[in-house]
Amino acid sequence: MAAAASPTSLESAPRIMRLVAECSRSRARAGELRLPHGPVATPVFMPVGTQATMKGITTEQLDALGCRICLGNTYHLGLRPGPELIQKAHGLHGFMNWPHNLLTDSGGFQMVSLVSLSEVTEEGVSFRSPYDGEETLLSPEKSVEIQNALGSDIIMQLDDVVSSTVTGPRVKEAMCRSVRWLDRCIAAHRQPDKQNLFAIIQGGLDADLRATCLEEMTKRDVPGFAIGGLSGGESKSQFWRMVALSTSRLPKDKPRYLMGVGYATDLVVCVALGCDMFDCVFPTRTALKKKQYAKDFRPIDPECTCPTCQKHSRAFLHTLLHSDNTAALHHLTVHNIAYQLRLMSAVRASIVEKRFPDFVRDFMGTMYGDPTLCPAWATEALASVGITLG
Amino acid sequence: MKLNLTKVVNGCRLGKIKNLGKTGDCTMDIPGCLLYTKTGSAPHLTHHTLHKIHGVPAMAQLTLSSLAEHHEVLAEYKEGVGKFIGMPESLLYCSLHDPVSPCPAGYVTNKWLVRFIGLRVGLPKDEVKSVSVWGVGGRVEITASKFMAMQQALQPDWFQCLADGEATCDEATSMKRARKSVDRSLLFLDNCLKLQEESEVLQKSMIIGVIEGGDVLEERLRSARETAKRPVGGFLLDGLQGNPATLETRLHLLSSVTAELPEDKPRLVIG
Repeated sequence: MAAAASPTSLESAPRIMRLVAECSRSRARAGELRLPHGPVATPVFMPVGTQATMKGITTEQLDALGCRICLGNTYHLGLRPGPELIQKAHGLHGFMNWPHNLLTDSGGFQMVSLVSLSEVTEEGVSFRSPYDGEETLLSPEKSVEIQNALGSDIIMQLDDVVSSTVTGPRVKEAMCRSVRWLDRCIAAHRQPDKQNLFAIIQGGLDADLRATCLEEMTKRDVPGFAIGGLSGGESKSQFWRMVALSTSRLPKDKPRYLMGVGYATDLVVCVALGCDMFDCVFPTRTALKKKQYAKDFRPIDPECTCPTCQKHSRAFLHTLLHSDNTAALHHLTVHNIAYQLRLMSAVRASIVEKRFPDFVRDFMGTMYGDPTLCPAWATEALASVGITLG
Repeated sequence: MKLNLTKVVNGCRLGKIKNLGKTGDCTMDIPGCLLYTKTGSAPHLTHHTLHKIHGVPAMAQLTLSSLAEHHEVLAEYKEGVGKFIGMPESLLYCSLHDPVSPCPAGYVTNKWLVRFIGLRVGLPKDEVKSVSVWGVGGRVEITASKFMAMQQALQPDWFQCLADGEATCDEATSMKRARKSVDRSLLFLDNCLKLQEESEVLQKSMIIGVIEGGDVLEERLRSARETAKRPVGGFLLDGLQGNPATLETRLHLLSSVTAELPEDKPRLVIG
C-alpha cells in the first residue's frame, strides 16, 4: 500500500463501519462494525481478555456476557516467546480459544510503562530485557509483524506515546514521529484484507498539535482511528476538549476508538462526543471493602443478570474481599464487565430509538442523585454537543 | 446418613454414604475427598468457573478459622453459610483449622505465655477452656458455647467438634501432653453434644468426633474407644498430617485407631 494516500483512493478504502442511527442533537452514533470474526454493535465497550491472573475471567465467561470483541495483549504474547509460537497455536484466537473479534495493541505502550530500561528512537522502541540483558527493538515493522502473526481483527499502529502531562517539544516530536510510524506500519502490513490497521491520533493536550495530527492521519487510507494520548493524568476539562476536537475532525464513516476510557460517566459523555469504541482496565480498589457492606445481603445490583449478582450478596463479597482468596476479585471483574456491556447496550438502544439526550439525563440523575449534581466537566462537555442537564 | 461398604480390600474401604444433607437425598463415594475452600470459596475460582470443572466433590470443606471472625454477620443472615457463600446445594463440612496452615508460629509460645501469666495471678493451672483458631484478622479464642453458637449460625451438614490438637503441633509429644489432649477433647465433645441437644437448628447437623493423643499409641486407643461411645456421626483422626519423617509412625497409629472405630461411620483425615 502507498505510504501517503491521495484523496481519490480514500473513496475506495474499505468501510468496516455501518451507521445505523445518529443522535439529532449530539454527536452520538449507533453502528455496526463488520469484522472478520463477526459483527459488533457500537458504541461498544471492549474488555481486556486476560487482565492478568489476579482479575481475569475466562473467554467462556466473556462470551456468556455477550462480549463480541475484546483486547489481546501483544506485549505478553507476541514478544515473549514470539509470533512463531502463536502462529503454531492457530493465532491468538486459537491460543485464547476466543471465537469472536480481537483487537491488539502495538505492544509499545506496555513496553514503555512496564520496562524501565526502554528508549525511544526514530527506529522504534528499544529495550534491554532485565532478565537476560538481551536488547530488542520494537519497530513499527516488528509490531505489525507480530500483530500479523497474532491474527487479530483490529491491529494498532506503533505510536510514540508521551504522557498527557508532558509539555514542550517532546509532544510535537512524538506526534510527528507517530505519523511517520503510521506510514511505516501501513507499508509493512501484510494482511490488510484480514486485519484492520487503526491509526492513533496524538498531540497531547495541545489543540494545534492535535489538529495537525488529525489533518495528516486522515489523509492515510486506514479503516479506523483511535484517539490516543489521553486518559492519563490530565484534567477532565482538558480531556473532553481534546476528545471533542478529535471527533470533529475525524471522518464520520469510520470508527473512533477512544483508548483507555472506561468509567461509566466518561463512557456516556464520550459517546455524546462521537466515540464508538472504548476499553479500560479496572483497578482493584473497591467500595465493597467498607464496613457498611458487611451485613448488606443484597446483590451489588438487583437488576444485573451477571453470575456474581445472581448468586452472591454484598456481604459475602465483603467477607471474601477481606480474606486472602483472590476469588473476590474475579467476582467483581465479572460484574464490572457485565455492567459496562449492559450500559453500552442501553446507550445504543437509546440512540437507535432517538432518545439519547433523555437517556443521558436519566443516567446522570441515577449516578449523581440529580442531573445538576453531575461533575462540571461532564456538564460542559455535554452542553458543547447540545445536551443540557436539569 | 447411611454408610454402605461394597468392598474391603486389605483394610481399604470402598462404598457410599447415602441420605446426606438437609433433605437427606445426597450421596458421597468413599474413599472421597472434600473441596477445599478459603472463606467459603474455592481459591481463585468463582462459583461459575468452579462448575466448569468436571468431578467437583459433593462435599465442600469450610474452615472455622476463616469464618469465625464473621460470626456476627452469619448470625444476622440466619439462613446458613451454604446459602451465604452461594453453595446452597453443596454438602458442607466445617473443620476447625485450615488444613494448609493449621499451626501458625507462636501457637505453643502463646499457650506458655498464658500459663505463665495464669500462674502469676493465681489462676488454676489447667485453665484451658478454649481453643484458638487463626483467621485473617488474627487469633480468635473459642469456648464450647461460643463454638456451638457459631455452628448454629453456619448450619453445616457435618462439623468437627472443638478439640485440643496442640499435641500434634509440638515436635515430640510428652505422655502428659498427649493425655491432656484426649481428656480435653472428650470434655469438649460432651459439652458440645449437650449443647446440640438444646439447639433445634443443629438437629440436622452431625458432630464429627476428634481422635487425639499425639504419637502415644495408648492415648490414641483411649481416645478412639471413648469417642466411639458418644453419639457422633463420624471420626476425624487428628494430627496425622505434617512432618514426613514421622509418617510411618503415624500410619501405624492410624491403622491401630481405625480398628477401634465402628464400621458404619466415616473416618476423616486432614491434609
